[in-house]
Amino acid sequence: MHSEHRPPLERFTAALDDLECGVTRTTRSELPAVLESVVDPPAVGVPLESVAADVSIPSWIDTDPTPATLEAATTGVTPAVLGIADYGSVLIPERPAGAEPVSLFPDTHVAVLEASAIVPDVRTAVDRLAPRLRRGESAILATGPSATADMGALVRGAHGPKHVHVIVLEDADTGDTGVENSNAGDIEEVHT
Amino acid sequence: MSDARRSKAAHIRHLLETEGDAVAANTRGFNQGRYDAVADLEDYEELKREARGIKEAAIERLPELVEEVTETVEENGGTVYLAEDAADANRYIREVVADCDADRLVKSKSMTSEEIEVNDTLERDGVDVVETDLGEWVLQLADEAPSHIVAPAIHKSREEIARLFEHWFDLEEPLETAEELTAFASDRLGELIADADVGMTGANFISADSGTLMLVTSEGNARKTAVVPDTHVAVAGVEKIVPSVEELAPFIELLAKSGTGQDLTSYVSFLTPPTASPVVAFDDPDTPLADREDDRAFHLVLIDNGRMAMREDEHLRETLYCIRCSACANTCANFQSVGGHAFGGETYTGGIATGWEAGVHSYESAASFNDLCTGCSRCVEACPVGIDIPWINTVVRDRVNRGGEHDRFDFLVEGLTPDEEPGGIDLQKRLFGNYETLAKVGSATAPLSNWLAGSAPVRRGLERIAGVDHRRDLPTFARETFRDWFDARGGSRIDAANADREVVLYPDVYTNYIDVDRGKAAVRVLEALDVHVRVPPVPESGRAPLSQGMIATADERASAVYAALAEHVDAGRDVVVIEPSDLAMFRADYERLLPQASFDRLNEASYDILEYVYGLLEHGADPSALRTGNDNDALAYHSHCQQRTLGLGGYTVATLERLGYDVVTSDVECCGMAGSFGYKREYYELSMDVGDHLRQQLTTAETRDRLVVASGTSCGDQLESLLSRNAHHPVEVIDPARADVSNPDRTDIRSNR
Repeated sequence: MHSEHRPPLERFTAALDDLECGVTRTTRSELPAVLESVVDPPAVGVPLESVAADVSIPSWIDTDPTPATLEAATTGVTPAVLGIADYGSVLIPERPAGAEPVSLFPDTHVAVLEASAIVPDVRTAVDRLAPRLRRGESAILATGPSATADMGALVRGAHGPKHVHVIVLEDADTGDTGVENSNAGDIEEVHT
Repeated sequence: MSDARRSKAAHIRHLLETEGDAVAANTRGFNQGRYDAVADLEDYEELKREARGIKEAAIERLPELVEEVTETVEENGGTVYLAEDAADANRYIREVVADCDADRLVKSKSMTSEEIEVNDTLERDGVDVVETDLGEWVLQLADEAPSHIVAPAIHKSREEIARLFEHWFDLEEPLETAEELTAFASDRLGELIADADVGMTGANFISADSGTLMLVTSEGNARKTAVVPDTHVAVAGVEKIVPSVEELAPFIELLAKSGTGQDLTSYVSFLTPPTASPVVAFDDPDTPLADREDDRAFHLVLIDNGRMAMREDEHLRETLYCIRCSACANTCANFQSVGGHAFGGETYTGGIATGWEAGVHSYESAASFNDLCTGCSRCVEACPVGIDIPWINTVVRDRVNRGGEHDRFDFLVEGLTPDEEPGGIDLQKRLFGNYETLAKVGSATAPLSNWLAGSAPVRRGLERIAGVDHRRDLPTFARETFRDWFDARGGSRIDAANADREVVLYPDVYTNYIDVDRGKAAVRVLEALDVHVRVPPVPESGRAPLSQGMIATADERASAVYAALAEHVDAGRDVVVIEPSDLAMFRADYERLLPQASFDRLNEASYDILEYVYGLLEHGADPSALRTGNDNDALAYHSHCQQRTLGLGGYTVATLERLGYDVVTSDVECCGMAGSFGYKREYYELSMDVGDHLRQQLTTAETRDRLVVASGTSCGDQLESLLSRNAHHPVEVIDPARADVSNPDRTDIRSNR
């Protein structure tokens, strides 16, 4: 929607900055170290294979959460299968393992995303999302932290996370950043 | 004054005092946010056209989309119930809740659920119903109805909410900041959601091809409501269905931007229930989510409740295109002052609410606030699906008029009201709707009429019988009309044979009978630019009756105006209009009142006076023939609401600047007068409250010494009472025959005749 011609990854990270969200660009091999630095334990998470087959979540993050551990966790780590450059939004698909509650209950949500999964705009994102919904799936498009203005001033964090941090994986084999027509983000290809 | 008027005035006064400030701050913030957010969209107009096209097509195909979504949701494993009305919907929801032995139902914000009043129904069955949206929860505690469709508790200040929590809960220490209040509320609600048996949501949109509910929210409570319990009930009006997921795209961006000015809301949930997300059973805290094998239940309750009948109603149909964004409320000057507790019916609030209330509840519900629409038309531009909201309000007003009781004063006004309306119409409306007749008589009998109109007994009578507020100055009728003056001077001083252009200057009622000077100035300005001017007899445009909901009378006037102008238009003459509300008739409202071809011809031939001058200057006319600006000519300009909606405000500013004037422009949506509105007893205080925002802008250090200029008659009247400074039409400012102005407080620029 925007007239800017900067590459999508740059626009995506700039939009996240505007939303006062954390954003870290890194590689697959550096991911565990980045997670160590941005995740405050105790943490819950869901497996990251849907981001890329060879990306796994560190074992110190509890990937088999219960209601009790969910409630105790300060951070929830989930994959995101799409990013929207215009707005810094991430698309979190539902998982039987609990991506929706993991991204919703803890105070901090950390989303892990491939750089190549960043699309320019809402329309492209919806086009990619449509077949998934038609298969009966659900997903959340999240833009920044939960917020409310109902108590007389804008407050971050109401029923959802107060903080959002997006980790963008920029490995060369997924195609580099910023190609508007990148099709590597086609979530049809992502196994669930 | 009637008791009804007195109690309405008291209600409005009470809301101005108690809720006005909070509503004003919030709605103006949202409205400014909308301007800022849509400015970032390079293809905003195209997006709006697309969104409207999708809604038009979807409503056209609605019966088959209802069938399609039913099949899709059932294939997905959910249940669909098509409820005829509120009672039917509630009956079904009660059964669902009873079948799962639910003690508690948690709800996310849904106006449709307010419409059917499901809370009351379930509470009577002993179910604990909890609103989880923070604003809705505050209202539940306060036992109040929403005052806004997007931000239901905007009328409540932080201090009031703190007192409310103090009253209901045993707090260890008082809560003060928004953070503290939010944290307290979300903790309480978190516990209540954790124990809930059923979650109820609405739906902003439903895609028929996938059975997906799109929920646009920011707090996250809708997500919890939908996925924590194992049973999800969604209630939605049938009009929420669009054919496919792809057609959701434009609404995702338009909804947030139009509503609160956010780029996107924090969450856009695409829920295709029953979802695969695990139930979060806090009563079984140690079973991993992944190990749960719950059978989720999903019930989609599609609600007709009058909507299918609205679909068949050519005037109410557009209401179904509404995406409930609240832009019409936020942009509305009256709403900004009083909020939805005055500007709303049983459920819905704001500009579009008369359509909703008339359709889903009753004309009685719609009538209670319908008159708060002044027809200023600012909402037309704000609406992301281009609904002509003022027209819906006019139609509802007309239908309310026709359903009214016969009035015992009818016989008194028959002579003064040669209109097409039924006898039962409210006398106040009839008086304002027949203003042309009144002006004609007033002018013919001036100065006696002016003396009489100013006399105490007449003013008392006008207030008592017709509700004309005694605090307003009435217009002073001129003995010599504008047309008489024009004829007396021998018509135009520019020879038609040598003139580049020929103009028919429309002698609107105000110019012809009251503010004759602006007509004279317009003639001199046009002639200075070598235009041959004609001022033929043309009746009132129909604006006055239309604004009172007297559509048959307005329709009759439109035909008469067209008959009077058609030959001129055919002869290639341009129709130039001084009063913007009359130009808005020719360019917009007449599309509803005239055959399309007639509308097109008049629309293309008609111009705002300053738009026309701008065009002449662009085509090489000599600007020095006009009164140009100098150091003493700093202007404070207030454009007219309908003129702005037509996109014409810029021509006046550009022309004045080109002529060397230093112009500062007000950016408020409305002056608060909007025709007859400010004269009406029950709305006088509101009119002044709305005007106060404009007054503030024109009394700053930068603006207070400037000459006040306004395009609209009503705007000028309102400015004169707000500021005790003269207000002038811009054409008077550029009149080559006007005198210098050194002190705008004391010198009337009309003094040079």
